This record gives sequence, structure tokens and C-alpha cells, in this order.
Amino acid sequence: MTAVPEAVGHDVEIVLCGENRPALVRGADVVRDQDGTEHPVTRPVVGVCMCGRSQRAPWCDGTHKFIKRSS
Amino acid sequence: MLLPEPTGALSAQVIDALRAPATTGSFPSGPSSYDGDCLHDADFQLALWVLYELHYRGFDDCDEEWEWHPGAFACRAVLERVFVDALRAAGPVPETSPDAPLHERIEALVEAVPGADLARFMQREATLEQYREYLKIKSVYHLKESDPQSFVLARLRGVPKVRLAELQYDEYGSGRPDRLHQTLFARTLVEAGLDDTYGVYLQHAPATTLAVNNATSLFALHRRFRGAAMGHLAAFESTSSIPCRRIAQGMRRIGLSERAAEYFDEHVEADAVHEQLALRDICGVLGDDEPELVADILFGAFVCCHLEALDGAGLVTAWREGRSALRDAADLVGAA
Repeated sequence: MTAVPEAVGHDVEIVLCGENRPALVRGADVVRDQDGTEHPVTRPVVGVCMCGRSQRAPWCDGTHKFIKRSS
Repeated sequence: MLLPEPTGALSAQVIDALRAPATTGSFPSGPSSYDGDCLHDADFQLALWVLYELHYRGFDDCDEEWEWHPGAFACRAVLERVFVDALRAAGPVPETSPDAPLHERIEALVEAVPGADLARFMQREATLEQYREYLKIKSVYHLKESDPQSFVLARLRGVPKVRLAELQYDEYGSGRPDRLHQTLFARTLVEAGLDDTYGVYLQHAPATTLAVNNATSLFALHRRFRGAAMGHLAAFESTSSIPCRRIAQGMRRIGLSERAAEYFDEHVEADAVHEQLALRDICGVLGDDEPELVADILFGAFVCCHLEALDGAGLVTAWREGRSALRDAADLVGAA
């Protein structure tokens, strides 16, 4: 799993959804990835990739479903 | 849109009745017995679809008072009983661990129902003509995408209501009319050289596509099916991101424009979020608040997977056999 995303905005809320699943981020104007690049947020809640395999990073694209669960 | 051409005796009865003013017209009572396979019966599904459409955008050549006319309701109820029986008989709903959290049970159920792999076909094999058929057939729903679920908002409270509203706000463009998902799909149709008029391809939609649409309306319009409506939504959103990515890739493979693929690109990201909202905060919390709805939430999820698989298999089979997947393809050939 990657680190909890850094989000900038008013009243930001981050909800984790479990292993490899996206972190749901509300109230953010910008999400900053691990390289420091800022990605503008255009929807009320965004899913940030936590498995590190998304092809649309930093956003979740469902790729985590192909990763075997460790449990 | 105008009332469609009927495709059999039952849809002819319903559509003919709807052409008369509601104040003077009596309404056919619907079949007194039915022993067919309604999920594959285009006549049956079209009759039901037309009755449901009265609650959405309606028909320009149909008296608006039919929407709440007791005769039309009585006929619809007869058809719905047959439809619900068929959906129940399509089960059993795959067993999932009753001790697991509901969102995990839905995820397990979705994995347990075999899909048709329509998206993989689109990604790897579909021709431009098959893409155009796909878009025509899907337009029956996508031009009113998310509208059924809006009926359910008033029947929820607390967290599920707030999360469904959040999801719907995103579906409806997050405040930007050009981002309305229905509009994105209309743009895809135009980019593919097709007509984006609401309902214009209804006559092409196979029975199973109409059944997919009708199940969504059935669950959305009946308060007693609110659990099924939300289970259906969760399964739909859970099976959207990756298939949308494949479909977008296939569009690029055959040379459709970036603008055409935008609708599917949008759904890769949006539905990855909607899936979590629908599974956890909508179905999960609804199931905690109203435990008696859990079985129906799972039933709704099953119906979504089952009907999508049935519909997808019909398309893929037709294309693999070198046929058109459009319902009226035989008529079109005959007319040519």
C-alpha cells in the first residue's frame, strides 16, 4: 500500500476503504502525489489510488482488483 | 420521443391504448396468464418499458395523465408480477457469508456470478459496426443514466441518502452541464456518427437490454424495492471501472476519437469512487439501519449481474456468429 494522500482544500476528509482499495478524499481542491505534483480535484469526492498500480494515477482505476489479497 | 412501434400483440395493446386520451380510454388488463420466458420476450419487455417511460420523459404523442391512470397501473402491476417472478426464478442468489460485512458479501456475490465478458470482446475484437450497434443498444439506458436512482433518494435517510446524493451529483456533472454523464454519452454517439436523440434507438434494443432497463426502473419506482435498487447500484458500479477502461481501449483501437472515448474514460475514475460509496456507505449503512433489507440488497445485486451477463452474452454470441445484435436486424434485412 502507498502512503495516505496529501490533499489540500477546505475541510478535507480522507476515508480509507481497506487494503489496496482507494482512499476517498472529500473537500479537496488539489491532491499532491508522492512526487509532489499537484492534481486538481474536479469532483465532489475522488478515489486516490492506494495500490500503486493505477494507470490513471493518482486516481484509482480499479486495477487493485487484479491484486491478490494478502488475507 | 414518440411512442415506439410495437413488436407483438401485448406491446401493440399497450401502445395503442396510450395513443388515446386518458380521460376516455380504458386500458388493457395485461395477460391473464403468462408462461413464456419474459426476460427474452421483446414484446413483453417493450410493453413494460413503455409503461415505465411514462415516469421519465414520457412520449410527445401520449397523454401525460396516463402516468397515474389506474388502468395503466393495473396493467403494469400484472406485468411486474411476471417480471419479478422471473427475476426470483433466475436465482438462487449466490450464498455469501452472513457474518461478513455487507459490502464484502456484495463483492463476493459479484465475483460469483459469471459475466459475459462483453467488455473484453469490445476491447479486442469488436469492429466499428459492432461498436455502433453497442452504442445504439446502450443508448436506451445511458441517455437517461442515473435517472432511475434519483427516485430512490426520497426513500432513504441519513448516510445512505447523503452518499447517494453525492454519487448522483457526480453523475449529473458536478454542477457543470457539459459533464452530465448523459451528455457525455450523447457526445460519444455523435462522434460515432450516430443520432443522440433520446430513445431513437429503442427499436434496436434486444429483449434482454430492455429487461436490464426495466429491472432498474422496477427497483427504483417501488419503495419496497429500495434495498434491491441500492444493491443493484452497488453491483453496477462495482462492475464498471475495468470494463469501461476496456471499452475505451477498443474504441481507440478501431480509430474512434478521443472525444468518443471520453464517456468511458470518465467512468473509469468516477465509478471506482461510486463503487466504494455504493458498497459501504449506501448498502452497508442501509443494511445496518434496516436489516430486513439485506436479502433484497443482495437480490438487487444479483439481478444486476445476471441480467447484464444475459444481455452481454446475447450481443457477443450474435457478433461471433457474424450476425447483427440489433433486435430488428431481421426486419431490416427483410425490408432491404
